[in-house]
Amino acid sequence: MSETLDTAGATAMLRAVAQAVIDQTDVLTDADLAIGDGDHGVGMRRGFEATLEALQSPPDTVEAAFKAAGTAIMSQTGGAAGAIFGTFFRSGAKAFAGRDAVDGASFAAFLETGLEAVLKRGGVTEGQKTIIDALAPAARAARAAAGGSLADVTAAAAQGALDGVEATRAMIATTGKARSLGERSIGHPDPGAISVSLILVAARDFVAAA
Amino acid sequence: MARPAKKILNDPKNVVAEMIEGLVLANDGRVAKLPKHNALVRTDLPDSKVALLIGGGSGHEPLFHGFVGRNLGDGAACGQVFAAPSPDTIVEAAKAVHRGKGVLFLYGNYAGDNMNFDMAAEMLEEDEGITVRTVRVTDDVAAAPPERTHDRRGIAGDVYMIKITGGAASELDTLDEVERVARKAVANLRSMAVAVAAGSIPETGKLTFELADDEIEIGMGAHGEAGVYRQKLASADSVADQMMEQILADLPFRRGDEIALMINNLGATTMMEMLIVNRRIRQICDREGISVHRTDVGTWVTTQEMAGFSITLLKLDDELKHYLDLPAESVGYSRM
Repeated sequence: MSETLDTAGATAMLRAVAQAVIDQTDVLTDADLAIGDGDHGVGMRRGFEATLEALQSPPDTVEAAFKAAGTAIMSQTGGAAGAIFGTFFRSGAKAFAGRDAVDGASFAAFLETGLEAVLKRGGVTEGQKTIIDALAPAARAARAAAGGSLADVTAAAAQGALDGVEATRAMIATTGKARSLGERSIGHPDPGAISVSLILVAARDFVAAA
Repeated sequence: MARPAKKILNDPKNVVAEMIEGLVLANDGRVAKLPKHNALVRTDLPDSKVALLIGGGSGHEPLFHGFVGRNLGDGAACGQVFAAPSPDTIVEAAKAVHRGKGVLFLYGNYAGDNMNFDMAAEMLEEDEGITVRTVRVTDDVAAAPPERTHDRRGIAGDVYMIKITGGAASELDTLDEVERVARKAVANLRSMAVAVAAGSIPETGKLTFELADDEIEIGMGAHGEAGVYRQKLASADSVADQMMEQILADLPFRRGDEIALMINNLGATTMMEMLIVNRRIRQICDREGISVHRTDVGTWVTTQEMAGFSITLLKLDDELKHYLDLPAESVGYSRM
């Protein structure tokens, strides 16, 4: 297990993340069919397939790798998910500016920077049954663990996201296409939050195996 | 009740690209696709005019991209199925339609569309110096209570909005004026839908919602978002009565008002059913003292093979009537 990831390592991690999301397309489709319109899975698959393609030409820096992923997602996923996950990676990438490797502290900063941009773009707050409800607890958990290794931070972030997904089950959607379900959205986790957990679990597993 | 989707397609991953190719050809040269983006632009666009850019997810054909033409949209940015177009596609479409007088964005009020169009508007203003204004269609009374119209989504009212705003963008000289007309129209526009059976997503073959064979859902959204209530199948008159009661009370429409009336097929409902509903709506309008200036019964805003229909009422004044009555020519909507 390595303590940091250089540009090639970060690129490999992003590829592993992309593949993990692509592999779970059906899970995301079913989750979205329960409370939305069912397009989340194929949208995420399109965006992360584009990410794999974009990362075929090796990025020069860690920042460039995350930005390339975000640009691919933004332009190919479409919908709310494209805007949100694209913004997350593109803005979050700025946390790696001038750094030649990803360590625990910079990964926590990445989550915080990305979260802040997504909050601004989406105009939502925690508790509205959105991806924020996985991303915000993940960023907090990562910050709390930021003194530790990259493995510690990614593990904390993944657990924060998974706990966040569970918490969305009890929430009532007040924004997005699930909004009109009202109380009928209770019991179902938010599909976007699930995507956040897939991304962070894949990052954790990649770092643990690296 | 799950049933396998039955559609005549090629590789489901290519539905949007192949649909656009067919749509361009169906325009007989009046519309062209941008080389690298799923965006359509009029080929006969006048040199100096306020530009109207419409757009949204695919899968609702002929909305939006089928409404590019004279006195309608100058261009359209198309997303994937049920997903907003990306900011880069919207930016390129806006640049292609811009004729020096600014661009009005007109689209349905959905979180994904709002974010992507807003990102594009910021990029256009900052990087290109192009002035952009935005009007979101919010006609679905089932989506939120009257005090929260900004939370309402756009459904079949999109068609009247494109028609009126397209006319205004042909005749009025400034972006301000075109925006003013569009805002007046959306403030006087109300719709409601009833779902009878679900449509399916081409890429997955899955139905967008579950509805029992003997049930209908009043107020359901264009993507299967839950409506206001689910009930047993009922007569055309009683369903029309329920929908009209909510629509009329919402604006509210009053005795002496003059309206445009649209009955829109969500995909698989027969013209016969819609005409029977139209008969009932006119009885209600007569009773309430509301006169109908024009009627549109047809298929414009769909969700694949979803069965059901929507009712749209637009309260008119002389100005809105003028723009609504201008001739329009496109694959999706033509009226002389």
